[in-house]
Amino acid sequence: MSKWKSITGAQAVAEAMRQINPDVVAAYPITPQTPIVEQFASFVANGIVDTEMIPVESEHSAMSCTVGASAAGARAMCATASQGLALMWEVVAAVPGLRLPIVMPIVNRALSAPINIHCDHSDSMGATTIGWIQIYSENAQEAYENTLLAIRLAEHKDVLLPVMVMQDGFIISHGVENVEIFDDDAVRKFVGERNPDRYLLDVDHPYTIGPLALPDYYFEIKRQQEEAMQNALKVYLEVGDELSKISGHKYPYFEEYKTEDAEVVIVVLSSTAGTAKDAVDELREEGKKVGLIKPILFRPFPYKEMRKALEKFKAIGVLDRSIAFGAYAPLYTEVRNALFESENKPKLQSYVYGLGGKDIFKSDIKKVFEELLSGNVNPEEQRYIRLRG
Amino acid sequence: MKDVYEVRMHARAGQGAKSGSQLLAEAAFKEGKWIQSFPEYGSERRGAPTVSYTRISTKRLRTHEPIVNPDAVLVFDPGLARTIDVIHGLSEENGVLIVNSTDSVEEVKKQTGFNGKTYVLDATGISLSLLGIDAPNVPMLGALLKVTGVVKLESLEEVIKEHFLEKLGEEKVNKNLEGLRKAYEEVAK
Repeated sequence: MSKWKSITGAQAVAEAMRQINPDVVAAYPITPQTPIVEQFASFVANGIVDTEMIPVESEHSAMSCTVGASAAGARAMCATASQGLALMWEVVAAVPGLRLPIVMPIVNRALSAPINIHCDHSDSMGATTIGWIQIYSENAQEAYENTLLAIRLAEHKDVLLPVMVMQDGFIISHGVENVEIFDDDAVRKFVGERNPDRYLLDVDHPYTIGPLALPDYYFEIKRQQEEAMQNALKVYLEVGDELSKISGHKYPYFEEYKTEDAEVVIVVLSSTAGTAKDAVDELREEGKKVGLIKPILFRPFPYKEMRKALEKFKAIGVLDRSIAFGAYAPLYTEVRNALFESENKPKLQSYVYGLGGKDIFKSDIKKVFEELLSGNVNPEEQRYIRLRG
Repeated sequence: MKDVYEVRMHARAGQGAKSGSQLLAEAAFKEGKWIQSFPEYGSERRGAPTVSYTRISTKRLRTHEPIVNPDAVLVFDPGLARTIDVIHGLSEENGVLIVNSTDSVEEVKKQTGFNGKTYVLDATGISLSLLGIDAPNVPMLGALLKVTGVVKLESLEEVIKEHFLEKLGEEKVNKNLEGLRKAYEEVAK
């Protein structure tokens, strides 16, 4: 039987980890990820899970421990945010090449400097080119479900790549919401056990992991990684279909909200998509044909499917919660890329919002829709929402 | 009751507004509602001004914006009104303001500049007499329930028991429940 709880996004992810019952968790607490580790540590202390929890002295060690455990054959997890992700970067970047299926919840938080503890996506958007799969969650429910899905996706033999599962810092991680926690037995059956073909503790079949690869083979190994990334597109949908049988929910690459007859849409990730749905409903009541696209799977990016979904609109506003200094913002870049082959390109407008936790309101989103409807767009200009003048 | 009922709580860190916001949400959750409870975070230190929000809805909640037009505002420390616009977005026609104060309703109206429905409660006095500490959150919720009926008293009592029995023991839980009921009876218009 599933059970409804009133819990935070952080607790929802800890619930997913309780049901996954990983062999090893090594993590260092960092705001706003701390309540995940705190809650999970209490599960360990109370014997609710039989995970070996390794307290470490830094995030660099946290990811190093997780890598060691995963290479040994364990199902190993970590969790972090912002500066923590930055500190463990050296090891994070090595994980995809080692082909270790580590799942790491990320609670999105701004990067220093200036120091700031609040939500934006500059931490995980800095990690889009190194070979981790990335899944973004709108609310606590999605963070919970995406974490379960991520385990099976990461460990699939055609993928064997690490996955980051994002939720918005404080807005989701520290906000209490209604969350449906699925039946323990059903989820345990779904996540199963990790059964690696090769692992270091399999002493009868010794193998080398992470060797030196010079110009002779490095390139080829990277090419294999890219193939695994492309495989992840298919496996994501397959695993999602399986999870649907438990949850009754769907796991598409992106969510389309009231887009069927829409003339203009906003593309936005994570918690702001929820606020935007309310804005869409209010404008629909006024007879305005507006809709929303919420990307969920960001790496690998589903270019073809996104192009098909987007090319029918007149204008598209893309809202990014991070800047790619000196370049177009990350989500905007992908939307532009997706539409390059399109014959009838919609008009595009880039907006940056919410850096360092700057609030965004339904009224801001409605203003964006009005701007798109008015045709006042310039695809080469980056506009800013609620920036002090 | 409206489809979505929104409460904002102004307090000082340490007065239990974050817990208060959560207790209220959980009481509504028990009644089968969709809920959100979230605080505004800054650099936490005891005594600093805090804001906490509770949303209670008959429909699934999707928005993640802060509450702009609250139906009720609770002020845990009347001194906050000197520097913070505690009634921001509160409608004088339909809004409800509840202030933890020993002053009269008229004086509180003057202090806050609010001319709508205003109530005062000596929540700190109740807390000090029963628990010996300044934890006005539970009495403030008692006043809110009496004035608005947003959740049932029994639902909140149940949540308080669940939350604190293990942590505080039976004696303190009973004193909290007594404070809740006392506030429910004493809140003055």
